[in-house]
Amino acid sequence: MLASWPIRPYNAGNFSHTRERHMSWIENRFEEGLIVTSMDWAINWARTSSLWPMTFGLACCAIEMMSFASSRFDVDRFGAGAFRATPRQADLMIVAGTVTYKMASRVRRLYNQMPDPKYVIAMGACTVGGGPYFKYGYHVVKGVDLVVPVDVYVPGCPPRPEALQEGLMRLQDKIRAQSVGLPKGSKRAAKLGLPTPAAAV
Amino acid sequence: MTPQQIAQRLGEKFGSAVTQSLPDDKHPRVHTTAEHWRQIAEFLKFDGELAFDFLACLTAVDYVADNKLCLVADLISMTHHHEFAVKVYMDRDHPTLPSVSDLWPAADWHEREAYDMMGILFENHPDFRRILLPEDWQGHPLRKDYEFPREYHGIPGSYEMDWKQKADYPA
Ligand code: SF4
Repeated sequence: MLASWPIRPYNAGNFSHTRERHMSWIENRFEEGLIVTSMDWAINWARTSSLWPMTFGLACCAIEMMSFASSRFDVDRFGAGAFRATPRQADLMIVAGTVTYKMASRVRRLYNQMPDPKYVIAMGACTVGGGPYFKYGYHVVKGVDLVVPVDVYVPGCPPRPEALQEGLMRLQDKIRAQSVGLPKGSKRAAKLGLPTPAAAV
Repeated sequence: MTPQQIAQRLGEKFGSAVTQSLPDDKHPRVHTTAEHWRQIAEFLKFDGELAFDFLACLTAVDYVADNKLCLVADLISMTHHHEFAVKVYMDRDHPTLPSVSDLWPAADWHEREAYDMMGILFENHPDFRRILLPEDWQGHPLRKDYEFPREYHGIPGSYEMDWKQKADYPA
């Protein structure tokens, strides 16, 4: 049409079911052992208890997300109440609402601007897989996992705030299972000259 | 003025340019064709007795069976407290209309939307581009024969509603 669209085409399907773990500076520098285990505990405690979401809503689901953040449901109890107005300060992206093809490039850019480690919750049927627009929506992305890697899916149209809280707690469980050390079995793999095993995500 | 009087006045002024007059309809209106739309619009706005100074809505309909596109303009007069509508029929393959955004500023965005969704081209529009969809979008989605995109910048789409494909695989 009038102007060319200033985005690079992305490789869809890259993120569908598996993902590379995004790493911060401290990760994969230590071998397994006692030090790593206690450090993991401290780091994961810090990460789970201060998940800062990005202020970001795309459609009706965002209303439930606001309710989830406000006093009745009070997400501050989980340490995730500090909604940041910039992706540079955010750890968590709650994709709440319908992602259109036009918005997809913006969602991807916001995700790229977040510092590692970063997490994504897909909230609502629309972001899980196109939802009510799966069939008749010519303009809706059939699931935000085609655009950014998703950690936790929260189904519903819209999910109740409790459901999103549940999703947040599942994400915290996931973070608690992370380790900053080298992946399990990498010492043995190095001895045998095998490639380093992939980290559990 | 009553819708009957408005329709009569338009009929007297424009004669055969008013192809159909339906003042007693639930949606009182006259029908016209693309080449007379600008004249009728100017008359509706500037005539002292009509004085349609407010464009309530401007939208479009696709009559694919008749190979016609139709622009629907709903007008209100704040001075005389009456309302009326005009339907402008045009050829589906060459849907070109003069813009009325200089008469009613509300038409600016509505015409862009009619272009975006239906592909009606407006001449002399001050800022003529798509309003909702991205600028590199293919096609005009509210047309009845629109084909859903299979992918957009590498993001796959669904083709369950692709009516052409559905016809290929009955049931
Ligand atoms: S899942 Fe339902 S409530 Fe949520 S954005 Fe989509 S349509 Fe709206």
